[in-house]
Amino acid sequence: MITLKLNNVDVKAEEGWTLLETAKFYGLEIPTLCYNEGLSVYGGCRLCLVEIGEEPNTKLVSSCTYPAEEGLVVRTGTRRVIETRKMMIELMLSLAPNSKTIQDLASKFGVTQVRFKIRNEECILCGLCVRMCREQMDGRAIGFQNRGHKRKISTPFDMRSEECRLCGGCIYICPACQLRCQGPQPDTDVCNACLTMDPTCLDVYDELQCWMYDAGRCGTCVREEPEIKEASQALGKKK
Amino acid sequence: MKKTEKIKSIEKLYKTIDHHIQKRKSEETPVLTVSAGTCGRARGSMRVIESLEKVIQKENLKDQVRIRVTGCHGFCEAEPNIILQPHNFFYQKVQPKDAKEIISETVLNDKIIERLLYTDPSTETKALNEDEIEFYKKQRRIVLGDNALIDPTEIGDYFSIGGYRSLAKALTEMKPEEIIETIQKSGLRGRGGAGFPTGNKWAFARKAKGDTKYVICNADEGDPGAYMDRSLLEGNPHRVLEGMIIGAYAIGTKEGYIYIRDEYPLALHHITLAIEQAKELGLLGESILGTDFSLDIHIAKGAGAFVCGEETALIASIEGRVGEPRQRPPFPAVKGLWKQPTNINNVETWANIPIILQKGADWFSQIGTNGSKGTKIFSLVGKINNTGLVEVPMGITLREIIFDIGGGIPGGKEFKAVQTGGPSGGCIPKEKLNLPIDYESLTAAGSIMGSGGMIVMDENTCMVDVAKYFLNFLRDESCGKCLSCREGTQRMWEIVKDITEGLGKEGDIELLVTLARAVKDASMCGLGQTAANPVLSTVRYFREEYEAHIKDKKCPAGVCKNLIQYLILEEKCTGCLACLKICSQEAITGELKKVHIINQEKCIKCGACFEACNFDAIIIE
Amino acid sequence: MDAERQKVKSFIDKYNGEKRALIAILQDIQGEFNYLPSESLRLVSEILGIPLIDIISVATFYRSFSLEPRGKHLVTVCLGTACHVRGGPKILEEFERKLNLKAGQTTLDKQFSLETVACLGCCAIGPVVVVDDDYHAQTTIRKVDSILKKYRAKEKKNEENRKN
Repeated sequence: MITLKLNNVDVKAEEGWTLLETAKFYGLEIPTLCYNEGLSVYGGCRLCLVEIGEEPNTKLVSSCTYPAEEGLVVRTGTRRVIETRKMMIELMLSLAPNSKTIQDLASKFGVTQVRFKIRNEECILCGLCVRMCREQMDGRAIGFQNRGHKRKISTPFDMRSEECRLCGGCIYICPACQLRCQGPQPDTDVCNACLTMDPTCLDVYDELQCWMYDAGRCGTCVREEPEIKEASQALGKKK
Repeated sequence: MKKTEKIKSIEKLYKTIDHHIQKRKSEETPVLTVSAGTCGRARGSMRVIESLEKVIQKENLKDQVRIRVTGCHGFCEAEPNIILQPHNFFYQKVQPKDAKEIISETVLNDKIIERLLYTDPSTETKALNEDEIEFYKKQRRIVLGDNALIDPTEIGDYFSIGGYRSLAKALTEMKPEEIIETIQKSGLRGRGGAGFPTGNKWAFARKAKGDTKYVICNADEGDPGAYMDRSLLEGNPHRVLEGMIIGAYAIGTKEGYIYIRDEYPLALHHITLAIEQAKELGLLGESILGTDFSLDIHIAKGAGAFVCGEETALIASIEGRVGEPRQRPPFPAVKGLWKQPTNINNVETWANIPIILQKGADWFSQIGTNGSKGTKIFSLVGKINNTGLVEVPMGITLREIIFDIGGGIPGGKEFKAVQTGGPSGGCIPKEKLNLPIDYESLTAAGSIMGSGGMIVMDENTCMVDVAKYFLNFLRDESCGKCLSCREGTQRMWEIVKDITEGLGKEGDIELLVTLARAVKDASMCGLGQTAANPVLSTVRYFREEYEAHIKDKKCPAGVCKNLIQYLILEEKCTGCLACLKICSQEAITGELKKVHIINQEKCIKCGACFEACNFDAIIIE
Repeated sequence: MDAERQKVKSFIDKYNGEKRALIAILQDIQGEFNYLPSESLRLVSEILGIPLIDIISVATFYRSFSLEPRGKHLVTVCLGTACHVRGGPKILEEFERKLNLKAGQTTLDKQFSLETVACLGCCAIGPVVVVDDDYHAQTTIRKVDSILKKYRAKEKKNEENRKN
């Protein structure tokens, strides 16, 4: 058993627990996005930050990846944590303003402005779809490619993947796909109120089960007919 | 000595080393030492060597003079340079056509060739050898100095300067714990940038539980502007190797890796050769020198990713994976390569080990300051007269490095700032020139020591442009996992780019600083955590420059294209047509001997005309 | 086609088919073909037992690799800090103008590819441009044209020799 201080309270944690798991056990809510109990830990969204250490040597770490350590001092609601978290949400909003999940986070944490150019990429690269595909569905159709600002999630060669079984797991788990928000006013790009709960993407592409925007192209829904034919012919040759 | 015969005992090693030392001492033939590291070669060292060899061949002088091809000597500005032993004459900027004269005059007749001597730009005096050159006077070259003495492809040369004596001492006179204690006592801190006490790192790795442990040499020198690791691996690979073998013995490991950048082909070649030679002689492999200590060192090549200089990303790369850093703890010393205890040190750190063992921890800790012991190699580059690698004791001031050693700014321009620590560092302005160099003081000034890159900037460097440059570098090199780093660097870049293009607005600086702080706090690894430094330090010291770009839409340094224009001064223009001919956009009109004019609508501000004008008639406003 | 497959297989065999040698294998393939043909990646995936998507992740993460064929001559402009401060970007722009492409692209006649690199470690002689294995020191905007001419002339000579 490990003893640590959580918001000034002495708590015990099992060997191998992360700070997030410890906090959850004691009923403390820490917001997460890229974390999912059924999938491996990623630590990319930087929402679950907590402040560890003692003044003046404190730092912020993602609680989903940081292990519980003997004698650690952890605080989940400091000013630094909240300010930084708000900036993370603001960055996410600028990428995916149409995601109700992210708009709700904005409402909850008081993010009322987006000071960056809206990019409407939808994908925040949280990697849930990649982990879902690989770990839960045992497919290996999509993955991260490139690095830095050019990073994206896609199939090999941006072509229709032989591995993809069209299971829809990636759409199911995607926080930007899940719930579509029709609320954001064009001039603020922040909704702060919920107007609809319809998953609009499935309305538009109702027969198709795979939907990945610029974030990934399997070739089914986003390409012209001749290109799809070419791609599947090329695949036929390979087999 | 038969090259392929293994040295089977430590006694034999001592004998071998002594044999080579004697041989060197009794060497009577004059030796022409030619600097031929990568930049020397880029300036023609190999052609100089070819010419020298031709002359020697033609005049049948093989017994009268030898050529020793070495790595980088450090004074890059003077390359290709030749040091003639035994007089120690120093010739700079040698060209192939000088070969004949050097041999006939200096080698055979002891006559000096004046024009090849180094001339001090301010005093106009000529220097006969290194000791008389200002560049070298304040340096203390305990690590880099040996580069000028040896051919890096010959292990015999390394023996001849006492090489591998420290390894022998370690294996016979010292227990592993004692070696670690010595390193701890010396105060050596990691030279790769973080400055973690090396001895402590070794102690952690030794203590950690694991059946296979690893030592790694981080030669992924990614900081733009830093090249001391390249120089050490090219010029003295055995020294680095010796340090690693001693470290491996102290920690108790049997396998090691050298992770070297793809962009360093010559360094890769030399370290590969060095490992082969060491193995041949039994300094690596099974039962080293007849003891029960065995060590194998492999080479892993980088594939072009700055982030792989970070310890956990480097490990991922060796394991064949994407170079994404992971959360620490657990630290590599406990769980590293293939989940085994691993000790990673920088090239320069390893290179310090032999001399600490040879001369003792006390000797080493006399050099430097209280918190930062020993020397550090800095690459002094940019707008500086004496470009090169300088090795100085910690505690020396920036002013001494830039003006005494570096010879000041070329063209009589004003010093503006010095950037240290690469993309993780910051810019230090002239008010802080008296800052003594050590880990803590640089961090307090808003920068970091980093791997030792020191880029000097003058009045014609735009600090906002510098921030944009680093942000562009970082947004490309970020692994992309953490939202804060990936998006943060991208957004900071967008804001600064707008500012450089005249699109900045009120509140941009405040937004930049807020975002920078969030990136610093939220990111998981060193890259993200220090990504904000270039922005924060330039805003801290050069805020007026940002404001000039935003409020006045002007670039005071004359760099940001959208905010400047190129103008031809009537009174200086001689009508020579040079700029007209070179303009790719046909934006310059004029006739021979008549004043030329630049059409601002067509001008794309490429700077070709500015470069072409020999009369200083074109200015940037 | 078969010869290429044999080559790729030989690279994999060199490392005893170990998964951990993936990057080294890709480096060998890149060195041999001047890019990573999709066929070779599928073959590596098959033999090493690594999912294709993971190989693509690695191949696109590291800059040394290219999924598109590179030109015969690789022009690399150094944009390290020291070269930047000495006017590196202007040199890059001149190359982009003269070759009519942006950094990262290859000319239509497949003769030249233009890349940038963060630092080559030759800061003393900056701005540095490397073409194939030749280092060009202290490049100026005016030198760009003559550098390109040199390699074009080389190609022309090779062409003539082949014809004869």
